[in-house]
Amino acid sequence: MSKNNILEQISSQVRRDIIRMVTNAKSGHPGGSLSSTDFLTALYFKEINVDPEKWKRNGENSDMFFLSAGHLSPAFYSILAHKGFFPVSELSTFRLFGSRLQGHPSIEKGLPGIHQSSGSLGQGLSVAIGAALAKKLKKDPNTVYALIGDGESEEGQIWEAAASAVHHKVDNLIAMTDWNNQQIDGTTEQVQSLGNLEEKWNAFGWECIVANGHDFDSISEAFTKAKKIKGQGKPIMILFKTEMGHGVDFMAGTCKWHGKNPSVEQCEQALSQIEETLGDFD
Amino acid sequence: MKKYINTGNKDTRSGFGAALTELGRTNPKVVALCADLTGSLKMDEFAKENPERFFQCGIAEANMIGAAAGLALSGYIPFAGSFANFLTSRVYDQVRQSICYSNNNVKLAASHAGITLGEDGATHQTMEDIGLMRMLPEMVVINPCDYNQTKAATIAAANYFGPVYLRFGRPSVPNFTPENQKLEIGKAIKLSEGLDVTIIATGHLVWEAIQAALVLEAEGFSVELLNIHTIKPLDEKAILKSVSKTGALVCAEEHLIAGGMGEAVSGFLARVKPTPMEFIAVNDKFGQSGKPAELMEAYGLDRVHIISAVKKVCSRKCK
Repeated sequence: MSKNNILEQISSQVRRDIIRMVTNAKSGHPGGSLSSTDFLTALYFKEINVDPEKWKRNGENSDMFFLSAGHLSPAFYSILAHKGFFPVSELSTFRLFGSRLQGHPSIEKGLPGIHQSSGSLGQGLSVAIGAALAKKLKKDPNTVYALIGDGESEEGQIWEAAASAVHHKVDNLIAMTDWNNQQIDGTTEQVQSLGNLEEKWNAFGWECIVANGHDFDSISEAFTKAKKIKGQGKPIMILFKTEMGHGVDFMAGTCKWHGKNPSVEQCEQALSQIEETLGDFD
Repeated sequence: MKKYINTGNKDTRSGFGAALTELGRTNPKVVALCADLTGSLKMDEFAKENPERFFQCGIAEANMIGAAAGLALSGYIPFAGSFANFLTSRVYDQVRQSICYSNNNVKLAASHAGITLGEDGATHQTMEDIGLMRMLPEMVVINPCDYNQTKAATIAAANYFGPVYLRFGRPSVPNFTPENQKLEIGKAIKLSEGLDVTIIATGHLVWEAIQAALVLEAEGFSVELLNIHTIKPLDEKAILKSVSKTGALVCAEEHLIAGGMGEAVSGFLARVKPTPMEFIAVNDKFGQSGKPAELMEAYGLDRVHIISAVKKVCSRKCK
């Protein structure tokens, strides 16, 4: 079986988990979770150097990943569970009282795999810059990864971070944008147009790569290129072009499922479109 | 009353700068970030001696807070410096989420706090910062009174694990606490023993309270004076012990009444020992341009107003 087939299998299961988690919790954010599933799966199962057995919050001797767009927690939690950070069965506790799987990722309850609490948008890229600067101070050659949303890029702090990373030559940082063109109130064009994100990141002085966030070959090519240009004085941004709600026909390409849970019937309808590959959580 | 001698006016921010320089030489984990105010914050010596551990963040405070959080979770001890106003209200959500909710070991070095920032006016003066910071879970709030104590507080903050808001000021003020003192976070310092009234002061108001106490003692009042450098966690034991003895209290601070140290103290006493109390603090208004001393007088934050407040609260006690 080719590597991409394995990734496809994992991402299929992650999508099922996302749908079942938000249905079970009767809340959560399926739309962006589904759009970011494929490249996050590729990141965790092909690209990133992290070992759940040796993982530490301080990121010692390993790569680090920061989810700035904390509402994508269903995808993140499912991937962390399948990677072995915690039991897959724990996904059933998502958003429930007392769970380590808070609505947005939190370090408060000590869930392995989470370096930083996130959810209030715009902050994670700055935190990733701090972690990347720390790696340089420690002469740790590992990479810091961060994911922001395109809607999130309306936050001013993102552009403070953009300038700062270039100024400090944070070239051990590979940031990613889930460029799905959707946010809560509508398309990004309707809510606050972002213009050409590729030109913007390039203009700020980043190395910018654009890829198809649902094509594992394109994703792999983007990461390979990013790793190749790492360490050459510039921070790197991969803009993953994606579709909100990808993989479920009635959720795809619309903002309507940004932060809405499906009914039990809608859940069944969604699951009928996604193959169970690794086994559903109990 | 014990004598307190001013060994020469100095700004508290220079106490921070001196301690940061010392920490740069003694603790390789200490790093510093600043938002285009390195000279004002007295961070330039640290920056010069440790260029690889100093990060100029420009006029972009939100990003600075995030970067400090990232450095902290990676094992460093970052001191992020700016004016108090720009480290609190401007970046409140960043401090809340990126630092406190993530329990990151970041030290906020907040200079030019209060009305004594002076001539720049209300845009740069903050008298809300103590309230904002003490509301945040995990945050420790320290407001030292002079150069020596600010230096000690900075060292103590570095040795403590967790977020700390370290508040200091711009003007030169009397330096009267011991050189090379050790500061214990959360522990009040009793400056004088008395029976009639307790004065609790913090920051620049401690020296004013000492001067007020001298006048009051000459008039026959027996004054107990506490220097509360740590506003959170509050030394409840010391406060309760003192007011149990005196039965009357004046709290003095360079801050609004709302959210301030006095309000923290009154909230505690309301639960355990309601005590007649007066507040030396600003009631619900912004500052303005002026010289520090004239502003302190105009806004009721000097020894004259402390003396009046003591007399008032003592008369209330008699009733």
